[in-house]
Amino acid sequence: MKISIDGLHKAFESRIRLGIMSALSVNDALDFNSLKEYLGVTDGNLATHIKALEKEEFIGVEKSFIGKKPNTKYFMTKEGRRAFKSHLEKLEKFIKSQKSE
Amino acid sequence: MKEKDYIKEISEIRSMMERSSKFLSLSGLSGIMAGVYALIGAFIAYKIFGFNPDSIIYNSESTELGVNLINVLYVAISVLVMALGTVVILSGRNAGKKGEKIWSPTTRLLVTNMAVPLVAGGLLILVLILKGLIGLVAPVSLIFYGVAMFNASRVSIKEIRFLGIIQIVLGLISSYFVEYGLLMWVLGFGFVNIIYGIYMHYKYER
Repeated sequence: MKISIDGLHKAFESRIRLGIMSALSVNDALDFNSLKEYLGVTDGNLATHIKALEKEEFIGVEKSFIGKKPNTKYFMTKEGRRAFKSHLEKLEKFIKSQKSE
Repeated sequence: MKEKDYIKEISEIRSMMERSSKFLSLSGLSGIMAGVYALIGAFIAYKIFGFNPDSIIYNSESTELGVNLINVLYVAISVLVMALGTVVILSGRNAGKKGEKIWSPTTRLLVTNMAVPLVAGGLLILVLILKGLIGLVAPVSLIFYGVAMFNASRVSIKEIRFLGIIQIVLGLISSYFVEYGLLMWVLGFGFVNIIYGIYMHYKYER
């Protein structure tokens, strides 16, 4: 696992990857275009970040067909949910500890 | 990272969670307009067609009410179509201003959450009219509208939860005091919608 100095997972260093995880955390599954719309990024950019998260096994892919059109949906894996939750907890802890200083 | 960055990151996460799971472009202005249509519709039904049922059951063939009932039904359907149209157009415009698509996954969520209680209520109202239970039409429409709003609040602006509860309470009261049915309907669909619309307009659209 890649961890940066402050103990946060490297996968969440990018705003876009964090955005993908945030959106998937409250939706069962989202297709590529919905994610693109929420994040306001280009196809290529989004695809790169999705691949990175897939490689970490934080998100999974679900391929199906609507009529003859292929439809790809992304969802958060158990591993991804765990990592995202721990990321949020760490952020909270940092804020609390800095406030008490 | 500094504290400020952590806070910013958390607020970005929260905003993304909300934007991807809730339809927040519901137009307050359209609520005001819908209320106004309802008031005009109720006025026409009451003043011109003398519609003000004071008991639950009517024999639709023998009374004067039966003749005018079709006209009242036309008025009601016009109010509904105009109100829905205004909501769609103005909410769509709101979404467009934020750079969001009108037909997004969150819109689909909102529409399904509202459509189920509204269609069920609409069909029940048709049955009530066919069976001559005219006095129950206003209460039932209030209750099902309230349920739809209550349900929709999970995937939209959270304040409409309370709007739903108000409508349900008004509906239940008017189901007992049938003679106040039209008055309660005017209160719920007219005034409460207008007040809520004004509140939402000032809170979210300025």
